Amino acid sequence: MSINPKTNPIDRTALSVAFTVGLYGAAFGAAGVTAGFSILQTCLLSLLLFSGASQFAVVGIMGAGGAAISAIATATLLGFRNALYGLQMAPILKVSGIKRVLAAQITIDESTAVATLQENDADRRRGFYITGVGVYIFWNLFTFLGALGASAIGDPSVWGLDAAVPAAFCGLIWPRLKNKTHFIVSAVAIAWALALTPISPAGIPIITTVILAVIFGLKR
Amino acid sequence: MSAIWIAVIGASITAFLNKYIGHSVPERWLNKPRVIKINALVPIVLLSALVAVQTFATEKELVIDQRAAGVAVALIALKFKASFPVVVLSAALTSAAVYNWF
Repeated sequence: MSINPKTNPIDRTALSVAFTVGLYGAAFGAAGVTAGFSILQTCLLSLLLFSGASQFAVVGIMGAGGAAISAIATATLLGFRNALYGLQMAPILKVSGIKRVLAAQITIDESTAVATLQENDADRRRGFYITGVGVYIFWNLFTFLGALGASAIGDPSVWGLDAAVPAAFCGLIWPRLKNKTHFIVSAVAIAWALALTPISPAGIPIITTVILAVIFGLKR
Repeated sequence: MSAIWIAVIGASITAFLNKYIGHSVPERWLNKPRVIKINALVPIVLLSALVAVQTFATEKELVIDQRAAGVAVALIALKFKASFPVVVLSAALTSAAVYNWF
């Protein structure tokens, strides 16, 4: 497969998405090191876990002193949407064995989104693979650079990294708030987490908000 | 093995299982209206809670400091449809300014 962003609009979309999203990787790399992860541990999360929101959750919860089990549980729940993307992509990709393993690893928000924008299965496959592989390359590259940069900095507060991390989360949530219910659910989750913070172990105020998702999800 | 290593390896394994299961199970197992609806809310509650804790918690105490200023600016930037790097940088600059000068 030859990639030509000048003449092929799918390649153009895929690569611009891949590069832009890849830049987020720098924010993640910095977040990992700020939370007390080594550069190696931070980079392994991008290479192996490879799902932005889940990765931010792992370093966020561990950085706040949470237990490994709450970090794993929160990341797993955040990553469940990738299972739903896999459901959508499987009949289009039709791959098995090692190819399925590789396709699964790059089944994320962006690759699925670019694929579903296309008109036929050949284009969907092209969009999926170029976006998925592109994000993988840029995300990992920028994770390393961000981690390296942050480890050169001493106190994260001096450079505002302590606010950059929750700000990055706001950027991830914002596009998901599509109606009034979403805003209400978000506000209730914030109140819940803050109320539990003084009285429960770190990590619990976050993972237990899933109860709210179930309650609001089953309503109506 | 340290807790961080357990979290890194454990979360990586479950993340891959999530992705691989989607490619491998019959569609009707997961494609239920209730599952889809709850799943749409899960990232909203978890990420909102994370923002709240990372902005206002220091250990088990709730505080208002430079981080809240930074996040407030980030929200304003988002409201004005700023791009991701602008959102993050404006939050960082605000927080750093408050921390260093006040």
